[in-house]
Amino acid sequence: MNRRKVLAGSIATLALLASACTGTGGSSRGADAEAPDDPSEVKGSITVLTHRTDLVQDGTMKKYAAEFNKTYPGVKVEFDGLTDYEGEVKIRMNTENYGDVLMIPAVIQKKDYPKFFASLGTKAERGAKYRFTDYSTVDGKVYGQSPVGVVPGFIYNKKVWSQAGVTDWPTTPAEFLDDLKAIKSKTDAVPYYTNFKDMWPLTQWTNVNGSVSCDTGATTELAEGDPWAEGADLRVGDTLLHDIVSGGLAEKDPTTTNWEGSKPKLAKGEIATMWLGSWAVVQMQDAAEQAGTDPADIGFMPFPAQREGAFCAVTSPDYQQAVNVNSDHKEAARAWIDWFTDKSGYAAANLALSPLKDAPLPDILQPYEEKGVKLIDLDDSKGAEVKAIDNQSEVGIYKPDYRQELVDLARGARGGGLDDYLGDLGKRWAEARNSLGS
Amino acid sequence: MTDTTRKAARPVAPAAPAGPKRAAPAPRRTRLSRRLTPWLFLVAPLALLLTFTYAPIANMLAYSFTDWDGVSPELNWTGTENYTELLTRSELFEVFFVSGYYLVASVVQIVLALYFATVLSFNVRFRNFFKGVLFFPYLINGVAIGFVFLYFFQDGGTLDSVLSLLGVGTDHAWLGTPFSANTSLAGVSVWRYLGLNFVLFLGAIQSIPGELYEAAEIDGASRWHQFRYIIAPGIKPILGLSVILSVSGSLSVFEIPYIMTGGATGTETFVIQTVKLAFQFNKTGLASAAAVVLLLIVLAVTWVQRRIVPDEKVDLV
Repeated sequence: MNRRKVLAGSIATLALLASACTGTGGSSRGADAEAPDDPSEVKGSITVLTHRTDLVQDGTMKKYAAEFNKTYPGVKVEFDGLTDYEGEVKIRMNTENYGDVLMIPAVIQKKDYPKFFASLGTKAERGAKYRFTDYSTVDGKVYGQSPVGVVPGFIYNKKVWSQAGVTDWPTTPAEFLDDLKAIKSKTDAVPYYTNFKDMWPLTQWTNVNGSVSCDTGATTELAEGDPWAEGADLRVGDTLLHDIVSGGLAEKDPTTTNWEGSKPKLAKGEIATMWLGSWAVVQMQDAAEQAGTDPADIGFMPFPAQREGAFCAVTSPDYQQAVNVNSDHKEAARAWIDWFTDKSGYAAANLALSPLKDAPLPDILQPYEEKGVKLIDLDDSKGAEVKAIDNQSEVGIYKPDYRQELVDLARGARGGGLDDYLGDLGKRWAEARNSLGS
Repeated sequence: MTDTTRKAARPVAPAAPAGPKRAAPAPRRTRLSRRLTPWLFLVAPLALLLTFTYAPIANMLAYSFTDWDGVSPELNWTGTENYTELLTRSELFEVFFVSGYYLVASVVQIVLALYFATVLSFNVRFRNFFKGVLFFPYLINGVAIGFVFLYFFQDGGTLDSVLSLLGVGTDHAWLGTPFSANTSLAGVSVWRYLGLNFVLFLGAIQSIPGELYEAAEIDGASRWHQFRYIIAPGIKPILGLSVILSVSGSLSVFEIPYIMTGGATGTETFVIQTVKLAFQFNKTGLASAAAVVLLLIVLAVTWVQRRIVPDEKVDLV
């Protein structure tokens, strides 16, 4: 008996010791990753962590590296493609060993950026040339740069929409609903597909923010106001989603949807519309080619809301590349980020918006230019506050849960009304803001 | 040759008397190594156990008293704040209603397993084949089961087509409403774990000596009587174990609902909720506290159960 107690005690002690050893790294802070003056002088081997496992596997990344080596012959670039990028990098960031270049995971709080990443320069100097700098600015210094920009919008099958007799983009949510109804009655297509089961497609609806009010301060508005107040961007978006589902305009059984399966369906015209982003157009066009239909049928339209007679579309960054603050080859890492952002042609290859302010719009956004859609860059200086309120309130505007509940509500699988539901979200939001503000 | 050199090298050795040499305690080195041997064997498993079970648990306990977000290098000691928050937010415990579905399902599961184990313990045709069929699902990975059943319950999926073959044309969205979804998921869980209970019961039944059945048959006992008076008391400890396992299992369901619905449509269990707290909302501290609370609840339920149904030694003969 006694012996057993001793044993249990020593196990507990050992376990506590072990837990004490797993402290956290990242003690050095405030390093800079300077751009090298002479490309041929830069030496070293760097590892790039990326979420684009597809590009690592099919050798595209290697081609980028070869191209990069023409300018920087002394740098050896290796890629580490991670399928569950967020999850794996989050854990690796508890050590000092998380690559030399990496995409900033969404989980990292902005105030911690200086502890994890080396600065790329001041906001003043970078902001003149690049988009999205304020998404990673802490105390006037920029810590990351997204290589592409995306614009949210509805991906639609042009053929189906014109079959239903709709040729112009709807300008109000009500008009949009009427068009979906026309699609339902005149074609065999599912008017709208929620991708409920795969969850993340529902989170895209948060990108509506800014499109309705056409306000570059929309994110600040989230941090300071009620996102679900009457007429607020998120409320307009959520109400539209609710009305689509409650009007029977979405797929029959949302609980068993399949993202990969939805792509060929949209390409073939079995699905008419999905709310995603400009990044999805390439994938849909690929799906169309594989399904043997015309990739030109894939259309892209902005959120049905206009201010002063013009649509607004918000530009937002993808994952932002950053330099590990513990890296031994910060110059080489910085060289890679600069080259990848400015010269690699990655944005063009993905038909995405270039992060360079003076670059022309990609082809898929040409219709936007023709119809005078206003592209606005949101001010993200309050982005960290929004995230903090979001986590504190457990509402999760960047998480699928609340929109899944919204869809359940709309199709009657959950009790309650829309106003009560959105009102409650607003209440939780306000409470969380108050508790953080104190 | 060697003998002589050794003797020469150790002149002291012969001084010890020859007789009691055997009875005297073994030389120190032998004694030490004899004591150490079992520990040496234990080093590997103990090291693994400590590293992968106890250290993480100790870590989790420590985190449950902090406000750690799971990645930040900064974490603050918050005392029992997380526990207070947990216990004052009753909505966090509402998810235990979902466990009710799995609890009911595990009753069904135990009854079915007992039935099949009893039937297959007698001489039945294709006995081994049926044993295999029943046990097979338990060998499949839980994630794979989730995906398979997602197709099974799909609109126009396997279940719908089988039903329409039988002439029952339904248009039911199986995962569409909380009741239907939870029932479907609990059904999957029964399908998966039936095999484990079945094998446990079968093993227990087969350890009952065969003479007992023969004697009973001579006395004219029917199959039901054999079950009632021989099998049931004979497998009581295993039955008790199964009940404990299913209750704690029902409280901590995770894999199947997480993969199939992700907790949507009212299928969220306590563990899914904990995972979401930790990895979606970055409240690792609160989530650790929730995990500790779940552990305590499971321990408490098990303890109550053991008090109500104490473990008795079975003596059939």
